[in-house]
Amino acid sequence: MPEPIIFELSAPGRRAGGHAPASPPAADFPAQYLRHDEPLLPEVSELQVVRHFTRLSQLNYSIDTHFYPLGSCTMKYNPRVCNRLAMLPEFIERHPLAATEHGQGFLECMYELQDMLKAVTGMTAISLTPMAGAQGEFAGVAMIRAYHDARGESDRREIIVPDASHGTNPATATMCGCTAVEIPTGPDGDVDLDALRRVVGPATAGIMLTNPSTLGVFERQITEIADIVHKAGGLLYYDGANLNAILGRALPADMGFDVIHLNLHKTFSTPHGGGGPGSGVVGVNERLAPFLPVPIVGRDGEQYVWLTEADRPQSIGRLSAFMGNAGILLRAYVYMRLLGADGMRRVSEFATLNANYLMKRLQMAGFEVTFAERRASHEFIVSLQSITKETGISAMDFAKALLDRGFHAPTTYFPLLVPECLLIEPTETETRQELDAFVAALVEIRDLAYKSPDTIQAAPISMPVRRLDDVRAVRQLDVVWQPDNDPTE
Amino acid sequence: MLSAIGVADTETLFDEIPAALRINELNNIPAGMGEAAITRLMRSRAAKDAGVVSFIGAGAYEHHIPAAVWDLATRGEFYSAYTPYQAEASQGTLQVIYEYQSMMANLTGLDVSNASLYDGATAFAEACLMAVRSNRKVNSRKILVSRSVNPVYRTVARRLTEGQGIELVEISCRDGQTELAALDGLAAEEFAAVCLQQPTFLGTLDDVDTLTDWAHAKQMFVIAICNPMSLAILRPPGEWGAAGADIACGEGQPFGIPVASGGPYFGYLVCRQQIVRQMPGRIVGRTVDIDGKPGFTLTLQAREQHIRRSKATSNICTNQGLMVTAATIYLSLLGSDGLRRIALQCHANTKVLAEKLGETDGVTVMFEPFFHEAVLQFDRPVGPLIKALGQQNILVGYDLSADYPELGHALLVCATEMRTAAEIAAYAAALESVMSSSKVT
Repeated sequence: MPEPIIFELSAPGRRAGGHAPASPPAADFPAQYLRHDEPLLPEVSELQVVRHFTRLSQLNYSIDTHFYPLGSCTMKYNPRVCNRLAMLPEFIERHPLAATEHGQGFLECMYELQDMLKAVTGMTAISLTPMAGAQGEFAGVAMIRAYHDARGESDRREIIVPDASHGTNPATATMCGCTAVEIPTGPDGDVDLDALRRVVGPATAGIMLTNPSTLGVFERQITEIADIVHKAGGLLYYDGANLNAILGRALPADMGFDVIHLNLHKTFSTPHGGGGPGSGVVGVNERLAPFLPVPIVGRDGEQYVWLTEADRPQSIGRLSAFMGNAGILLRAYVYMRLLGADGMRRVSEFATLNANYLMKRLQMAGFEVTFAERRASHEFIVSLQSITKETGISAMDFAKALLDRGFHAPTTYFPLLVPECLLIEPTETETRQELDAFVAALVEIRDLAYKSPDTIQAAPISMPVRRLDDVRAVRQLDVVWQPDNDPTE
Repeated sequence: MLSAIGVADTETLFDEIPAALRINELNNIPAGMGEAAITRLMRSRAAKDAGVVSFIGAGAYEHHIPAAVWDLATRGEFYSAYTPYQAEASQGTLQVIYEYQSMMANLTGLDVSNASLYDGATAFAEACLMAVRSNRKVNSRKILVSRSVNPVYRTVARRLTEGQGIELVEISCRDGQTELAALDGLAAEEFAAVCLQQPTFLGTLDDVDTLTDWAHAKQMFVIAICNPMSLAILRPPGEWGAAGADIACGEGQPFGIPVASGGPYFGYLVCRQQIVRQMPGRIVGRTVDIDGKPGFTLTLQAREQHIRRSKATSNICTNQGLMVTAATIYLSLLGSDGLRRIALQCHANTKVLAEKLGETDGVTVMFEPFFHEAVLQFDRPVGPLIKALGQQNILVGYDLSADYPELGHALLVCATEMRTAAEIAAYAAALESVMSSSKVT
């Protein structure tokens, strides 16, 4: 029995007591401003609410309940204490516009977070305000653009991105009024340097790279890439999606990057929350420091203060109403203090160990690993192309069959240039037993793909729903509940 | 595990990183801490920020948050899940978003809501971009924005849209309302949209009907920015003027999200059905599975960056899923009756606050009617007052002098349902005492 829509649980006049003022004075506004009817919202008891949302939660796979090897997303355990401490009453009750005298505790955490993020990236300045990776990218490209404009080079509007890049990279270039120029990847997974040399020139604003790349390998020619782009007058942007793989092992600044964003919800374990909130803090070297978005936390003697447009006249300005996802920043701060310097190096050590172990086990089990001759970073790609050709069972079918076996699926069909691929990222917080069980599940699915492909194509069969009709979802758009709308009709 | 891989040690696993780039330790990171020690540290930090009573609103509002909201929202199954790409394993998150979309559409009186954006400011920026993309009748990249729209929203929207050649043009205000007389001067030019905030940033109520009809007569879209709590009692954007606003957006924080130093919050974005394909961000739809059973999935994904890359409607990837989960639980607990009571009590408390403070010599209440924020004009700069009362742990309000110098020494104050009569009286007494002991020079 599916869980009803909450509106279907309503009864007129029913309510959860004790949350609203008992007898507020009536409205005294002129009638022209007043609402004529009550908005349709549920009328339910508190127990109904608790049961409904508890039951809904139980329909989800999550890190807390299932192995979640979603490549490129770093679905590691989110320590409970990070949430507990970020939700201390004094932190959550602090108004964002309260004077800094009333926020020294919070600001001290943010100041130290900035310092720790400098240390793990090698950059010289940090701004915490971007609210997600995509907004960090926006900030980065906007800073690159502002830098060129300040030097009178406003013709530099081309952003180079590898064909394996995340979709946000080219989308960000467009949002910043730039043009995305794609370059191909060589057969070994590294950027094709000749292709890069051909596209750089007086229109080059910069290049956006992820390292290790979205192909799960470390870009070994990064120093050469930096030389080529810098000599052409462009800047290097580091998409920090995969920092978990090299945390404490190498610094993006040393690789020649001028600007970076980090996804705190990946490397620093803030919750993914069903799709956010994230945090996409940005870091820069000296050359881009004047352009950082504000506010930034500064220090004036013993006091922590906000640095704003007035202190930083060349700043690209504000990207949020206040200072970004402050509570997420607090969670990342707690996580970093828990780990310390040694703990952070253990993160990359075990993330890489788990990925290489899992890659080897799958290879030994006969799966085709895309860059078998390379080391895996913290993730790797399995291509199911030959299985698909022989059996008709696709990467999507594998994904759905994994759900039936108690595993969240890896990322499928990304990066776009590897056909029928699974991008697998186990993270450092999984045990060997979990990884072995995952291998066994993939082997079983492959066996069934040959023996009885129908059973795999029918998957999932044990989930709350089976495969959904996405075409109908678009054609008969049903995005708002209506009392008389029955989706089964 | 190492022998399975065929390496002697874990260091070898990093051998593809060029030697010149490898580091052996992290400098300037403190040693790790145990859970007890970090708890002590964070408690001592939090204690430094304790003990104040706030009368600040200006875009973030302190309301009572029922205990069940965050108890449920931080269940691991919500907290540690990700974007619902695998729909069959994410029906909980997807149904929550569908219920959220339904509630927001009903509150705003519009047809379709997305799954949320980062915050109110970015939702406003995305609304501007969306209006330019979807208004096919007017070929203009200029947008009119009332000066009564939150000043930070205007700043952020400029920042986020100027790369695409969009220009925000300000309409002046008079007596806390968008100046109708100023519209005549704009008659000759073409604009893609006009943006109106209701209640305005100054807490006042604007003549949104006249403005909406004026804009529609000129083929402009109308973008409404509303504190969603006010929609429990005020006319929803879908009913502004003859035809209603085209897009509504704003800050969702009042719905169960703590003020928490400014985030994470969520921005809501709602629109008419006809322009849904220009909407940015995730949208959840209800459909059926292969057995005909109802279920939920992300839909209209052809708008998004992972498919469209450089031609996407936005670079946004995520929504503020966890915050929307909290808001949906909050709205379920309060219902429209609860929201109405809170909205009315906020209005009543702010009225009492403004009256009491207005009794002080040198203080005048500037504009009426207002919703739950009021502008007070002082006979002296408000900066020193903020400091003096801050020392008594009273956060008196938001200083308007930088954003609205034309209002003189003005302060924006707010008393939500959380402020008690005693707290309001204490504020008035402290203000009286500070103002009378330091006369204007």
